[in-house]
Amino acid sequence: MAYNMKEIVATKKPHFTSGHRMCAGCGAPVVARMIMRALKDEDHAVVANATGCMEVSTFIYPYTSWEDSFIHTAFECAASTLSGVEAAYKSLKKQGKLPQEGDTKFIAFGGDGGTYDIGLQALSGAMERWHDMTYVCYDNGAYMNTGIQRSSATPKFADTTTTPAGSVIPGKMQSRKDLTGIMANHHLPYVAQSIAFGDFRDLYEKAEKAIYTEGPTFLNVMSPCPRGWGYPTEDLMTINKLAVQTCYWPLYEVVDGKYHITFKPGKKLPIEEFLKPQKRFRHMFKPGNEWMIEEFQKEVDRRWQELLDLEEMSNK
Amino acid sequence: MSIRERLSGNEAAATAMKQINPDVVAAFPITPSTEIPQYFSTFVANGQVDTEFVAVESEHSAMSACIGAEAAGSRAMTATSANGLSLMWEMIYIASSLRLPIVMSLVNRAVSGPLNIHSDHSDAMGVRDAGWIMLFSENNQEAYDNLLMANRIAEHKDVLLPLMVCQDGFITSHAIENIMLEEDSEVKRFVGTYKPEHYLLNRAEPIAVGPLDLQSYLFEHKAQQGEAMKKAKDVILEVSKEFEAWTGRHYGLFEEYKLDDAEIAIVCMNSTAGTAKETINKLREQGVKAGLLKLRVFRPFPGEEIAKALSHCKAVAVLDKSDSLNAAGGALFEDVTSGMFVNKVNVPTINYIYGIGGRDTKVDDIESVYKDLMEIVNTGDIGNPYRYLGLRRK
Repeated sequence: MAYNMKEIVATKKPHFTSGHRMCAGCGAPVVARMIMRALKDEDHAVVANATGCMEVSTFIYPYTSWEDSFIHTAFECAASTLSGVEAAYKSLKKQGKLPQEGDTKFIAFGGDGGTYDIGLQALSGAMERWHDMTYVCYDNGAYMNTGIQRSSATPKFADTTTTPAGSVIPGKMQSRKDLTGIMANHHLPYVAQSIAFGDFRDLYEKAEKAIYTEGPTFLNVMSPCPRGWGYPTEDLMTINKLAVQTCYWPLYEVVDGKYHITFKPGKKLPIEEFLKPQKRFRHMFKPGNEWMIEEFQKEVDRRWQELLDLEEMSNK
Repeated sequence: MSIRERLSGNEAAATAMKQINPDVVAAFPITPSTEIPQYFSTFVANGQVDTEFVAVESEHSAMSACIGAEAAGSRAMTATSANGLSLMWEMIYIASSLRLPIVMSLVNRAVSGPLNIHSDHSDAMGVRDAGWIMLFSENNQEAYDNLLMANRIAEHKDVLLPLMVCQDGFITSHAIENIMLEEDSEVKRFVGTYKPEHYLLNRAEPIAVGPLDLQSYLFEHKAQQGEAMKKAKDVILEVSKEFEAWTGRHYGLFEEYKLDDAEIAIVCMNSTAGTAKETINKLREQGVKAGLLKLRVFRPFPGEEIAKALSHCKAVAVLDKSDSLNAAGGALFEDVTSGMFVNKVNVPTINYIYGIGGRDTKVDDIESVYKDLMEIVNTGDIGNPYRYLGLRRK
C-alpha cells in the first residue's frame, strides 16, 4: 500500500506492544514496531531474536511484547534458529501437516554484536542456504546490553568501555565493518540500509519489500543508543537525521544487484555535525585532535563515493 | 516380518532415520558420523523421505536449526561426533531447557585436543549434565533399535526431553555386521505422528519461546526438567516393553550378562561390552564366576537398580572410556559408586580409564581386569582404585 503514516499507525496491527523495558530515547523498539507493521494483517509471523537489549527487555518471563510467535535461543544464532523454523514450515506445508491456511513470514532481529560479530557465520549460512526470511540488524554500534563494549560496527575513534579514549590510545583505532556491503555480496534479492527515526516512510517501505520479497533478505537499520552514544534522549530524531545528512549512514537498497540510493542530501553536512552532539566522540574535539575529524571525514567521503559509483555501475 | 541385512552402524542409524521420516534434519559433516547425513541426503535426493534437509555451516547452527524446527512443531533430528558436539554445547542445554524432544545420533569420538578422530566417550561425557536422555548401544542393532524407540520416549508428555543415541565411532559406526531391520510400515506405526501441544507455527495460538528467565522462575523450571528426567525411566521401560512385544528384542535400563551368580563384575558401555562377553565366556570355562553390567540408559542414571544388581558381587570394576581428569575417577565410576553408596551397597569397586583416543581394548585387556578383581577378592586389598587399562608405561 502507498505510504501514509497516519493511516498505517491508525489501521495496521502493531504486533509489538508497549510495556517493554527498552530505554527512553532508544531506536530499537521503534525499528521493531515499524518493521512488524509492514506485515499484512492477514499474515502470521515467527520472529527470532538474538540475545541482546531487545530480547532481554521485551520477553521477561512470564511477559512478552510480541503478539506473533517468537523464539529466542542464544546470542549468535538467531539466523540459524529461524532457518530451522522456516525449514519446518516448508516441510509441514509440503506434507499438508500445517494446522491452518495462510502465509507465515519469518523475521529475525539482532543487534550489531549478534549480527556483525558473533552471529555473522550463522547469518551468512542462512542467507546462502536461501531460507525465505528477513534478517533485521538494529545497529547501535556497540555491545550496549553488556555495557557499551566495542563491536566491529563501532565507528573509528569512538570511546567505548573496551576502547576507552585514553591518554595514549584515543578510542577505537579501526574503522567500521561494512556489513550491508557484505550482505549485498551474498547476491540476495533484497538488501537495504535504513534508520530508526526521521524517515518512517523509508523504513516502512524497505521493511515491506524485504518481508514480501521471496528468499533471503537483509535490512541494516541504524538505531541510536542514548547510553552508548551519549546524547540527550529527546535528540533521537536529530541524531538520526544528522547520520543521514552527513552521509555517515546512507539510505540505500540493493535490488537483485542494482544499487539505489533512496536519499541523497541536497547539502551534505560536515561530519562534525553528527559527531559533536555525542559524548563518545567528545575527545575528537580537543585541541590537537583535528586530525581525527579530518580522517573520519575522509573515510565517510570515500565510502559515500564508493556507493555512488556502485549505483552508477550497477544500473548501466 | 523382520528383514535380515548387513549394515554398518552409520548405515543402521541412517536407515532408522529414513524410516522415522523426520520433518527436518539439520547436520554438519564430522568424522566418524559424516556418513549419516550423507546417506540421509541421498534419501532426500531420491524422494524416499519427506524431510527438509538443512545443510548448515556448523554444528552450532545444526542444533540451533533443530531447536527452531522442533519449536516450530516439527520432528527434527541430527547426527554428530566429538568436536561437533562440543560446538553445539551451548545449544544442547537450550534444547533441553525448552523441552524440545530432538533426537540425535551421536557417534562417539575423542574430543580434541590434540586432534584424534577415533572412539572414546569424552564427547558424550561432556554433556552428561545437559538434560538429555542418553542411550548407549553395543552394536549396529542396538543403535538402530534405540533410534526406533527414541521419538516415543522423548516426545512422551511426561518427558519432553531431547534424546541422544550413542554408538562407538569406527568400531560400531564403520563395522558391517548382521542386523534385523523392521518394515517401513511397522516402524511408522510404532513411531507414530508427532503432536506437540504448543508450537510456533500454530497461528491460532502464537507462543513465545526462550525468555529471559530470572531469579523468580528459573529454579522451578530447572526442577521441572529434573522431574521429567526422573519420569523418563519408566517411560523408557514402557516403550522398550512395547518394542519387545513387536520385535522380540528385549531392552531394559541395562543388560546383565551372567551377572546373577557373578562374584566379580565389570560395568561398561557401548562396544566394549561385546569384548567383555567374549572374555566372560572364556573365564566361565575356567570356572571363574565373571559377569557384566552393560549400561544402556546413562541418563536418567539408574543408580538404585545398578546398586541392586551389583550388590551380591565381591568386587566390581567400572570401565570409563573417558578420563574426567579430576584425580577422582571417570564419570561412570563416580555415578556407579555414588548409586551404590546411597543405596547402602558396599562392594569393593575400582575404576579403569581405558580406550582413550581409540586405543584398542582386547580380550586380554578385559581378562587382566578380572584377574585384578580376583586378587582384590583374595587379598581384601583394593590398592589404587584409580587405574588405567592399556596405557603404555614406557
